[in-house]
Parts: sequence; structure tokens; C-alpha cells
Amino acid sequence: MIEVDQVSYTYPAGTQALQDISVTIPEGDFVAIMGENGAGKTTLIKHFNGILKPERGRVRVDGVDTKDASVAELSRTIGLVFQNPDHQLFSETVEEEIAFGLRNFGFPEDEVAQRIDWTLRLLNLTQYRQTSPFLLSGGERKRVALATVLAWNPKTLVIDEPTIGQDYRQKERLRQFFAELRGQGRTVVFVTHDVEFVADCDPRVLLMYRGQILADGSAQQVLTNPEITAKASILLPQIAQLFHQLQDLGFPHEVLTVQEAKGLLEPVLPRGEAHEGL
Amino acid sequence: MASIIDVKDLSYTYPNFAEPTLRGVSLTIPRGDFVLLTGPSGCGKTTLCRCLIGLIPHFYGGALTGDVVVANLSVKDHSISELAQHVGFVFQNPENQLFALSVEKDVAFGLENLAKSRAEIRKNVDWALDLMGIGGLRDAAPFELSGGQKQRVAVASVLAMKPDVMVLDEPTSFLDPVTAKRLFDVIKNLNDELGLTVVLVEHRLSLLSAYVKRIIVMDEGQVRLDGAPLDVLMAKEARALGIGIPQIMQLHQSLVEDKVRLDKPATSVDEFAAMIRSLLQR
Repeated sequence: MIEVDQVSYTYPAGTQALQDISVTIPEGDFVAIMGENGAGKTTLIKHFNGILKPERGRVRVDGVDTKDASVAELSRTIGLVFQNPDHQLFSETVEEEIAFGLRNFGFPEDEVAQRIDWTLRLLNLTQYRQTSPFLLSGGERKRVALATVLAWNPKTLVIDEPTIGQDYRQKERLRQFFAELRGQGRTVVFVTHDVEFVADCDPRVLLMYRGQILADGSAQQVLTNPEITAKASILLPQIAQLFHQLQDLGFPHEVLTVQEAKGLLEPVLPRGEAHEGL
Repeated sequence: MASIIDVKDLSYTYPNFAEPTLRGVSLTIPRGDFVLLTGPSGCGKTTLCRCLIGLIPHFYGGALTGDVVVANLSVKDHSISELAQHVGFVFQNPENQLFALSVEKDVAFGLENLAKSRAEIRKNVDWALDLMGIGGLRDAAPFELSGGQKQRVAVASVLAMKPDVMVLDEPTSFLDPVTAKRLFDVIKNLNDELGLTVVLVEHRLSLLSAYVKRIIVMDEGQVRLDGAPLDVLMAKEARALGIGIPQIMQLHQSLVEDKVRLDKPATSVDEFAAMIRSLLQR
């Protein structure tokens, strides 16, 4: 469990990134953090594993104050994947990249090998085992960065912008992968701008605005509310926009997926072949 | 219509790669077109962009066959810097592109390298900053800027060279949706007002299908679909290729498959809402 209690944080240059923010993420939760560039999303998640320590207030991970633990200790339970994979990758091959963290945590060599196999398969990277991360595309490098963290199997995964550079199929894989992690009782927190991905994943949504939490609720509640999403520079998914426009015809406005939309429209629309020219 | 980009039977293999990344790509882009280039990762779209700006073959090496002609220059026979005066490139991450001490210096950099006169540099820089709406930031350091502002500076630095074609490789990856939309608005405006030819690589089809004139879908190093946005996105093959079809088009297809009678498909939510409204009121 992650408990953020009245935390404020100001960067040395003077930007106040978090303002008296409180939020609790219980074990097994599945959370998307959204909001405009500069809203404080990345600053917040950097508090989860102690890279940043609160200036005021406190952050506790499983009851332990992050001020009383090292980043290395916290990272064993909270694996953080950065936004830009280039800040994280440095080894000559993908395999070495994944092995590095595992050896640091003192895993025996046979387990290092097993875990590398497992993670490469899981993230569809097996064919790149011996490739230099820098020859891969941005989307592939992002998956390598995720693999390095996933390999040591932290109880909580925190991922900054997992869908950047991922095509539709990779996003669909990622969604299934998140669902599997949830099934194992793991906590997954991700920062994203990708409203369609969030609509498909259906997580709890924390919407941030200027260092504070503007909304905290289900994807359906948050992503169908045009006032708060506009304030946070989020565009509503197309289906939510559509039903917002059709509200006066008596349709509900909290509609997020194509499936729900079809269920509402199909019974009331005319059927049969179109009569061209009539 | 005069074409600005002519690609004929282009195949390309990176050094030390066993398989070609591009396999027989042919396409013609007329002056003033606004093309969205998309496809699953590894399909070759970034490689194609590298060919358009001459990074392939001059920087990457490798084996290229076929022809790439941009603004009447064959990329094989002209240097990257000659080509840069006709075709500008905007990267995914503006941090890889900006390095000077001020926005103004960054935007002037390309022109200074071409040894243009001070008066011309000043004129072009002012024009580009103005078009991108960042005149007020001219003395700011790039690292002080927000992601959206940085990407505008990157576009301005390309614009200042007055290129015929602008190629942008996922320019909004690091931007929030509203900031991304603003950047697309500005780019559309450059296309409308100046007739600038735009080739844009993106996965955000729901946002872009209402902006662009044409969509090209690549897969496995080949062009698979090429046409007007609706024709491409509503094609069965587009679904099979696994590109993200915008929600309203998925809804349209799904309703029509179940024998609901709809009018023509729509590229924007507004159009689709208007159609539903009129069907319900008939």
C-alpha cells in the first residue's frame, strides 16, 4: 500500500510541482494518473520509491516512511519505469540490460537466466535478446525498460507513459498484460495521456491539475466529464464526446466504449438496407 | 499536379541486417498534400522518412535500390545539407533537436549553417517564430520550456529554412492531448495557408483522421493502403493490419454489420452525432 499524506514538493528552480496532495493506493489497485504536461504526475510517482522525498507531508510504502528507507530498498517492492527509456538503458545487449538489476538484487545466476527468459517472452522481446537496446525503435526500447523492472518481480509496478511509441497491437498486448498482473494481485500504477487506452483498461483514474488531485474515480466517471477533463487538458474519448452531444435525446452521458454505445444505439436506429437516392 | 515526392520501387536494407526493411515502396505525393503515414511498429515508416531526408543512405549506409526524388533532387546524389533546404524533419522528442542557448539561436541555427545573410536570417526567424506563436519566447532557454513549447520551437527551426516539405515523426508522443491537438492545428494551418507539403508519422488516428487529406498504411516494408482517410480507415484490411481505427468508425462498422441503416461514415464526432440525430428524427 502507498499512502501519500499532505505532500508538497517544490523543485530547486522554484516550480511547485505538488501542493498538499493526499492519496492512498491500496494493494492490488490499478490506477491511471492523467493530466496535462507539468501537472505533477511524474513528480508524484517519483515519491513512491523515494527518488524524491516530500518537502512537507509524508509518503509511506507498506507502512514505512520513504524518508527512512533507501531507494534501493524501496525499489525491491516498487519498480519504477521512467518516461524516456534512454534515461534507463545503458547495456550492450537487451539480455545484459535485464540481468543488471537482477544481479544487483543478488539473485543467483540460474534464476537470473530464468527470469530473463520469462520477461523477454512476456514482453515479446525474445528475438532481441542479443541486440543493442539502441538499435531498437522507441517503442521497443520502452518495452525493454519495462522488462528490466518487471524481471525482479516487484509487488508494485509504476510506469510512466507505457503506450508511447506502441502501435495498436502492442497496446492491446499491454492491456492484457496489465490484466494478468492484476489477476496476480499486483499493484499497477501508470501515467498516461492515452484516453482510449484508459477507456479500454478501465482503471481507477487520478486526474491531476497543477500539483493537486482534480478528480479521483472510475474511468467511466472521470473520462465522461467534459468540464474536469477540459480543465486537465484531456480530450474525451470519441464515444464520450458523442454521447455528451446526444444527451438532450435522452441518452446517458457516461458512455465510454464502442460496445456500450452500440448497445444504446442499435435498438433505436432504423434497420434494413439503405435506400440510395430516395 | 506537380509532385514534390516521388518514390519508385524503393527497397532498403540496413547494414548488417539480413532482411530488407523496405520492399518495393512506390508513392507520389503532390505539392500541398497532407499525408498521415502509419502502420504497426517495425513496418518501415520511420525508415521511409529517413530516405526522404537523405539520412538514408548518406548517414546510415546500407543497400538502397530504386529511386527517391524530393523537390526534384534525387536523394542518392545530393547531400543531407542540400536536401535540408527543401525537406525539414521534426523528431519525436524535441530534446534531441534543441541544443542552443536561446529559442532564437536554435531557430536560426540551420540558416547560419547555410551562411545566409543576417537580414535574411532575421527575417526568416521572425516569420517562423510568429507563425508558431512563440515570438514571446525568443530569448528563453529551450530547457525552460514546456513540452508543447519545445515542439513548437523544433517546428519553427525547420520552418525557418522555408522547406517545400515537412516530415514529422510522431511529434506529439510526449505531449498531452490538448497540446498535441494545438500542434496539429498549427501544422494544418501551415498546410492550408502556405501550401506546405506535410508528411506526418502518427498512431493517433482518432485525432488526425479529420485533419489529413490522405492516409498511407505500411506493413512489413510495403505500402498496403493509400487513399482518403475514410476509404482507408473503413477498409476491412485496415482492421486486419491492426492499426487503431477511431472509435466512431468502429461503431459505424459494427452497427452496419448488424443491419442498422446509417448514412455515409463520418471522420469527426460532430458529423457522426449529426447523422445519428437526423436518423432519430426522421
